[in-house]
This record gives sequence, structure tokens and C-alpha cells, in this order.
Amino acid sequence: MGSSTVAVCRPSEIGADVRRPDGVPKTRGAFAFASDLSVEGMLFAKTLRSPHPHARIVSVDVAGALAVPGVRAVVTASDVPGAPTFGLEHRDQPVFASDVVRYQGEPVAAVAADDPATAVAAAAAIDVTYDVLEPVVDPEAALVGPALHPDGNVFRHLAIRHGDPDASGDVVVEGTYEVGMQDQAFMGPESGLAVPADDGGVHLHIATQWLHADRDQIAACLGLPPELVHLTLAGVGGAFGGREDVSLQIHLCLLALRTGRPVKMVYSRDESFLGHVHRHPARMWYRHHATRSGDLVKVEARVLLDGGAYASSSGAVVANAACFAPGPYRVPNAVVDGYAVRTHNPPCGAMRGFGAVQVCFGHEAQMDKLAAALGMDPVELRLRNALRTGDRLVTGQVVTGAAPVAEVIRAAVAHPLPPSLDDGLPMMARPGGAGMTADVADLRRGLGLAVGFKNICFSEGFDDSVAARLRLELGASATPVATVHVATAEVGQGFVTLAEQIAREELGPLDVVLADADTGVGSAGSTSASRQTWMSGGAVKQVCEQARRALVDRAAGIWGCAAAELVWLDGEVVWEATAQRMALAEILAGGPVEERCVHRHRPTTPLDAGGQGDAHLSFMFVAHRAVVDVDPGLGLVRVVQIATGQDVGRALNPLQVVGQIEGGTAQGVGLAVMEEIVLDHGQVRNPSFTDYLIPTALDAPDVAITLIEEPEPGAPYGAKGVGEPPAISSGPAVLAAIRDATGLELPRAPARPDDIALRA
Amino acid sequence: MSVTWPTRLDEAVDAAAAPAATLLAGGTDLAVEVNAGRRRPVAVVALRRVPELRDLEITPAEVVVGAGMTFSAIAAELAAAVPALAAAARTVGSPQIRNAGTVGGNIVTASPAGDTLPVLAALDASVELRSAAGTRTVPLRELITGVKRTAIRPGEVLVRIRVPPRRGAQQFLKVGTRNAMVISLASAALVVDEERRTVACGLGSVGPVPVRPAEAEAFIAGEIDWERLTVPEGAVARFADLAARAARPITDHRATAEYRHHAVAVLVGRALRRSIDVVPA
Ligand SMILES: Cc1cc2nc3c(=O)[nH]c(=O)nc-3n(C[C@H](O)[C@H](O)[C@H](O)COP(=O)(O)OP(=O)(O)OC[C@H]3O[C@@H](n4cnc5c(N)ncnc54)[C@H](O)[C@@H]3O)c2cc1C
Repeated sequence: MGSSTVAVCRPSEIGADVRRPDGVPKTRGAFAFASDLSVEGMLFAKTLRSPHPHARIVSVDVAGALAVPGVRAVVTASDVPGAPTFGLEHRDQPVFASDVVRYQGEPVAAVAADDPATAVAAAAAIDVTYDVLEPVVDPEAALVGPALHPDGNVFRHLAIRHGDPDASGDVVVEGTYEVGMQDQAFMGPESGLAVPADDGGVHLHIATQWLHADRDQIAACLGLPPELVHLTLAGVGGAFGGREDVSLQIHLCLLALRTGRPVKMVYSRDESFLGHVHRHPARMWYRHHATRSGDLVKVEARVLLDGGAYASSSGAVVANAACFAPGPYRVPNAVVDGYAVRTHNPPCGAMRGFGAVQVCFGHEAQMDKLAAALGMDPVELRLRNALRTGDRLVTGQVVTGAAPVAEVIRAAVAHPLPPSLDDGLPMMARPGGAGMTADVADLRRGLGLAVGFKNICFSEGFDDSVAARLRLELGASATPVATVHVATAEVGQGFVTLAEQIAREELGPLDVVLADADTGVGSAGSTSASRQTWMSGGAVKQVCEQARRALVDRAAGIWGCAAAELVWLDGEVVWEATAQRMALAEILAGGPVEERCVHRHRPTTPLDAGGQGDAHLSFMFVAHRAVVDVDPGLGLVRVVQIATGQDVGRALNPLQVVGQIEGGTAQGVGLAVMEEIVLDHGQVRNPSFTDYLIPTALDAPDVAITLIEEPEPGAPYGAKGVGEPPAISSGPAVLAAIRDATGLELPRAPARPDDIALRA
Repeated sequence: MSVTWPTRLDEAVDAAAAPAATLLAGGTDLAVEVNAGRRRPVAVVALRRVPELRDLEITPAEVVVGAGMTFSAIAAELAAAVPALAAAARTVGSPQIRNAGTVGGNIVTASPAGDTLPVLAALDASVELRSAAGTRTVPLRELITGVKRTAIRPGEVLVRIRVPPRRGAQQFLKVGTRNAMVISLASAALVVDEERRTVACGLGSVGPVPVRPAEAEAFIAGEIDWERLTVPEGAVARFADLAARAARPITDHRATAEYRHHAVAVLVGRALRRSIDVVPA
């Protein structure tokens, strides 16, 4: 591409702790989240949901709702003009249930009214007659039982057969583990505003993770060509995977088109808990074989994920769970079966860590068991088996990129330990915190280590791409302005900061404007899989490089020389032979420069019948050491410190990396000791922040961080993703530490007070 | 919906007499109910501007706590006079909730998990209720009649809480699944009175109303060497066991009854150890 004329000098932006442009507005309450959207004359919508996890719908009578003064429209399944179903991987989920409901909270109808209270009253006035049926809530039963849906109950069974299935080791350890259903628990509930357009289409302002996937599903269900459905990202109050699926999008657009008026909807908190997918609960069986000297010989695993009522991204989640089931170790032989099945529990899908989290609880508990059986130090055992570049995964894929597994382990355990219990601890810093339940003599301290890994970007041959546009022009005071346009969802991860950093890195000091993320530009894929730094960051880099070449060409035209004689230096074009320089502003005086590109990563391949193939692009590795204080009498835990080594490739903005690590760690700690959607026959018992507990400041541990920077070949600037790893092995490390403190087996996460106190 | 803002107690009592009146203190329970659609007040009487409701009187004869005192104020001002109440106030919610929520609201809500209730029960506190018909004083134990049920009559304003003097150690311990901002799974208050030679115990979240384990209290009072303020080691477990036996916890999505039973015994034992020196039997 003739890029030899272009040389980047003096990197200054990349690697700097640049502050978020939206940081101050968010802290001051000035940032507009999707729930703040407002437009003259808008209506308010409310969804009517099934109170039953499983029922046949005998009749739906909307007359009562239509009779409520101020009601403008009521829509049900029969009002859906296009495809009746939607879904990320398989379109198996009805826009509205028509004949049968398959989970508690499944939408049955939606109402638009002049004000929110009227909408709520009208939804309540819809008369639905249900024939209540027994829900199937046990995934084992669903696996072998009658179909709960025309598409069957097994979303996917992935069998991995690697090496010699009959291989065995001198030392064998076995275990069964369980992980409960975690929620993303984002603060900003689902919200959006749909505005009918003059061309018969609709414009939706929405907090989402993937504008184009939403658009395509909405258009199909509305029976509109995708061009008539336009989406703009509204302020997102957290996502963590929970906004990858469609929730209120189609309902809102239907109501806007039906009424010809803008329609807004904001889920209440309890509705939010019913209205988005959760992390798959898992049941896992493992058998590890090793030599007497501690070399892993074979891993056998069976992982059963409860996918709930609809497919969502269960297929991809279970693929991850199966691929990463052995952990980041050299395992020559493996027999792994991953299943994701349909039940009448709430649908499960994407959440930070995406299948790698659940199995990490399993493989790390197994590694500790194995170390005990071998009489070996658990750190030593892990180091001995740690994956390295050039090793083969159980999918047969050779790890070609950076694999600093031993390094992340060593970094995690090298951090100084916190002061010991003997040094005394303020009441508030003990387990039980403000409840002042523990005296120091009641406490036991424990230490645990866990190591995890996961893929970056989309896998199994998915055409993963990001489109970017760039316009360079002179702004108001004749200073250069770069306008970057990508459809990347900023969900809090800090892409907005990074996009500016990359543009300045590539083009020199200039004003960077990030255009609204919308469907006016090509897809950016989802903000998930820790992929946007690589993918959207890469797209911004690529389009800036193109622009630089265009600028050099234009300068060559002005000077009447060959482009090859020119170099790009610090935001200027330099003609070395004559020592002449041309500033960006001078070049842009001749008019704007516009470039567009589509960025793709190296293709991956699907997995074959034996689960073999180069399915993944690249991997992120991480280790966590947890220090906990446990009050065995009451079963309360205080996570004192998490020390981590994380493989980041290169930290493009270390401050933001630390933010991701601290947040992800809190989410991991939450899963280990408190976070769980409590289900009773398919009914969610705790759809509120009163009862779905997430860590407070008093529950968040000190986090000691070492970033391992080994640039990843092929990744823009060598940077790997950083968002998911903090949530992968932090929880398993906490569980290991509680086991260390109590001597209990604790095969289940979260470890509840009952699990500890009544068994101690 | 109308809102009135009385600035004197008699005005508040007058306003409360209106048939549809709903009293509002900090709003940390009421607003939750309204948001959830469970209550729709039509005539709100906001009590925050009534100074008499925030009065605090500390005398050797009794401590009188204004019903409108916030948890923050109680934590700060009662730490010496009624330490168990101050400790309970410190465990409530978050700083925002403690700045708004009041002890009067806590009592009137009468939740089994209301954190001041086991303390006030152990203190033998009583409350003063005023209405257009006059003033009456009711012991807390008679006031709370069931889960979120009280003997307060329409038109009555809870004015103040009367706490009789107790000389000795006081404790409050509360178990929740996280370290702050959590509804109690079980709680225990312990109030020692060296003068009357009694130990009073109040258990929270383990019954519809705060539990006073009378048998346990009597037992431990008899075991304590009141001259030396010591208790034999062997008596601690028995005391905790007797106390837990008085509990009538339920299983719900927060915890099992078995856990609550167990936890309350642990709490009571620890509260006693913090209050009285335990000596080998
Ligand atoms: C996030 C959060 C966390 C919480 N955490 C805790 C906790 O840890 N522990 C705990 O115990 N509680 C907790 N609560 C509940 C609540 O804060 C307390 O019960 C508080 O004491 C209520 O007091 P208030 O002043 O806000 O009452 P309000 O909400 O104003 O009123 C509650 C009820 O009392 C009545 N009322 C109020 N004052 C009077 C009066 N003077 N006379 C007659 N009637 C009156 C009202 O009419 C209403 O029925 C929490 C609440 C929230 C929202």
C-alpha cells in the first residue's frame, strides 16, 4: 500500500493516562443517559409480562386497556407485521408471546399512553387468561425431556476430543461444581425513544451494545427494509453483556409506527431484572489426570449451562465454556462436552467473561485439588503446566500470540501481602463490616490463587468487522478538526477516550470529534468479547493511516514532488530534501479529506465435529491471588485484597485499564460471595437492588495490579482487550481463599453465609 | 396529592387528624412504597419542619428521643447515652439513608428487619403518641403487633421515644450478606443493667416482631457474678442456645430459618462476651 512513505514518530498519546471526555459530565450528573431522553409530544410505553414461567395463553383481551383514557395504542403478537421472532444467533424468541409463555417476565403486550402512570394502568387492564403449566427448571431434565419449543431443547452440544481419549494419569482428581445465575446489574435500566420518520421508517435512540444487530432484528420484525430503521446510540449506563440482546427495541418501534408519535420506555428496576439475559448458571463435572511429577495428562469435563427459555448467545457461550474448560494449561488429551439447554428459567446470554467465568471456577478448584493430591504447591503446579506461545489448546489450535501465563501468575503472587490479622483490624474492615459482628479472634484468613483465559473478538469464522469514516477539515478558527464516525457503543469502557488518543497518535495534535454512533455508518460489531480496542481502535487507526497517505499525496501535489520523497512527522508533512514542512492546516486549506475503511481481523475457522479448529483469534491471560478474612461462625467473608497479573499486550491508557480491572474484580468478588438471581420454580425471587446484592465500597477489596505488556502480533499497537479477564479468575480466587480459610469444599458459587456457617 | 408543611407539633397533630392524611418523615420507606405503587397518598403531612420531633433530652432519669431524629443524628448524639441505639443507627443503609431516615419512621414501619426495634425492645422503651384526642404512652412491645403492623391509631403522631436509664454495657450486632447497605438476616441487641442486675436481649429479623428471650435473660442474670461482672465460660453457650430457641425465624430468599437460628445464637454469645468478662468455669 505504499506505506513506506509514512513513518510514525514520537508516540505520545498511546500509553498516556488520558482522562475520559465524559468523566466530569457523568460525575456531575450532566451526562444524558437513555433514560433522560425527551422530545415534545412523546408517549410513554409499558410492557405487560407473563407472571408465569410456563403457561398456555388462552386469550388476550386488550379492550380494558384501550378503554383507559389517554391510551394511544396496545400491541400484541398479532400486531407484529414482520417476522414474529427475533434472536442473536437463532430467531427463536417471540416479540410477544402468542400461544405459550416460556419464562416469567416474557412480554405479552405493550401499551403507549400519554403518561407513564396511564401506561402502567392500561397494561394492568389487559386481560390475559393463562392455562398455567408446570415449568421445567432443571437443565438435566430438559436435556432429555420433551421439547419446550419447536426448535428443541439443546441449543448446542460441543464435543471436544483431543489426543488420546483413553489416556490416564497416576494421580486422578474429580469434582462437581456449580455456579449460580449472575446478573449484569447495570445501573441504567433499559431505555429508549422511538420516533417515526417521514419515510415510513423509524428512528430509535437506544442504549445498546450493538446497533446493527438490533437494527437487523428490528427491521425483520417490523417487515421494513433495514435502511428504514435508523438507530442512534443513547447514553448507556452500563452493559456487561446484558444489552447485547433485544429487549424493548422492537416494542418501542412498533408503538411509534402504530401511533405516529415518539414513544419512550424506561424499564423499572424489577422489570429490568426480568427483561434482560443473565449469566448462564453452570453445573460442571471434572476429572483431571496427572503424572506423579505434576504434568497434566488429561482433562475430562462435562459442562451443562442452563440457557433459559430462548437461545440468545448460548451457542457461543457454551463454545467458550468448552474450549476454555481446561484452563490456560498444556493439556495433551481432553474429552470435553459442553451443553447449553433450554428450560423455563429466565433466558441467559452474554455477560463479561462469556462462558470462561463458569469453567474457571471448575478448572481452578480442580488444580487446587490436584496440588493437594500431589502434595505440591498450587503455584508450582500451575507454573509447571502453564501455557506458552507455541503450545496447543485442546481445540488443536496452536497459540501463536503472546501467552505470558507464567508471568501473570508470578506477578500476582509477587505482590506484598496485606497486614496480618494479628495487627488488628478496624471493625468496619472485618467480615460483617458495619454490622460489627466479628471480633478478631473469630476470624480466619485464607489465601487463594486462580488463573484464567479467554478469547478476544468473535470466533469460529464469524466475519468480524468495523467500518470507520474520517473527515479532516479546518474548524472554526482554521484549526484542523478530525471527525471520526464509527458505530461503536460506548458502554463505559472508554472507547471515546481511546478513539481520540488514536486519532491524535496517528494525525498529530488536533481536535477530535467523535460523531454520534449510529447506523449511518457500517457495523462496529458488539461492544463485547473485549474486542473494541482491537476492532474499533484498529479501524480508527486504519482510517487515520489512509488519511495520512492522502495528506502526503496532496502535499506532494502542491509541491510538485513525488509522495515517496515526503515523510509524515509530528502532524506535518516534511520534504526532507528541501527541509520544507507543510502543516496539517495548510494541507486542509485545499479542502477536507475524507476516508473510509472496514477493519477486519485475521479470519478464524469453525470447530469441527471433534471440537478442533483455529476458532479463536487471540487470547488474554490473567491470574488473581485473593486474600480473605472469613468469619466461619456466621459465614461472612471480607475480601481483603486481590492481587493480579494481567496480560494486556500493551496498555493504551493505563488509567482506563486500572478502571476495568477494579470494576471487573468487584464483579468477580460479587459472584464469589453474594451475587445470584434466586429462582424458585422459574420465578425470580430477588428482582431488586434490595435483594440482588452487589458489592458496595465496603465489599470491594484493595486491588494490586501488575500489567504484563507483551505486545500481541497483529493487534493494533500490540494491545489485547482488557475488559473481561478481571472478572474471570477473581471470583475463583476468592472461593479458593475461603476454602483455604475454612477447610470446606465449597463447590458452589456464590458461597453464601449458609454454605459456610452451617458446615463449618 | 396535597402536601402540608406544619412547623409546630400542634399543627402537625391537627393536620394528621384529616382522614386521608399520610405522615411523611424521611420518606425512605414511604417513597419506596409509593414508587412501587403500593401506596398512593392523597394528603401528605411532611414532618421534617417540626422542631419538637427532633428534640433530644438526656437526663439521669431517662433519655427522650424525638421521633424525627435521623439515624445520623442518633449515631452522633447517643453514642454515649444509648450506645446500642447509636450502633444500630450506624448499621442502617447508606449515609444518604441515615441522613434522611428517622427512628420514628423505623418504628411505624414495623418491619421485622427494622434495626432499631430489637434495641428499643431490649431497652424497654415506650413511645409517646399524640392525636387530637390526647396523648398516650405505649410500651414498644405492645406497639408492634405483627409484620408491619402497629397499634397506632389513625390521626396519631409518634412524638418521642422514652428510654429508661440503663447502666452497663450495650451491644448491637447485625448480620447481612454484605458489609454495608443490607437488610439484616438476623440481629441482636444486648443491654446490661448493673443496677437492676439484668441482662436484656432483643432479637431482630427472627420473628414477626422483635423477640425478647425471657428464659435466656433470666438464666444469664443468675449466672453473672454482679460484683466482679464476670460470667463462667460454660454459661455463654447455654445463654446463646436459650436465646436462639426463642427465635421464630422463617426461610425466605435471603436466608434459611436454620441459618437465622444459628446466626442469632452466635450473635448473642458474642454480644455477651463483649459485655461481661468470661472466666473459666
Ligand atoms: C436504601 C434503603 C436502605 C435501608 N436500609 C435500612 C436498614 O439498614 N435498616 C433499617 O431498619 N431500615 C432500612 N431502610 C428502611 C428505612 O430507611 C427505615 O425504616 C427508616 O427508619 C424509615 O424512616 P423514614 O423517616 O424515612 O420514614 P418514612 O418513610 O417517612 O415513613 C415511614 C412510615 O412511618 C410513618 N411515620 C413516619 N414518621 C411518623 C411519626 N412521627 N408519627 C407517625 N407516623 C410516622 C409514615 O407515615 C410511614 O407510614 C432502608 C431504606 C432504604 C430505601
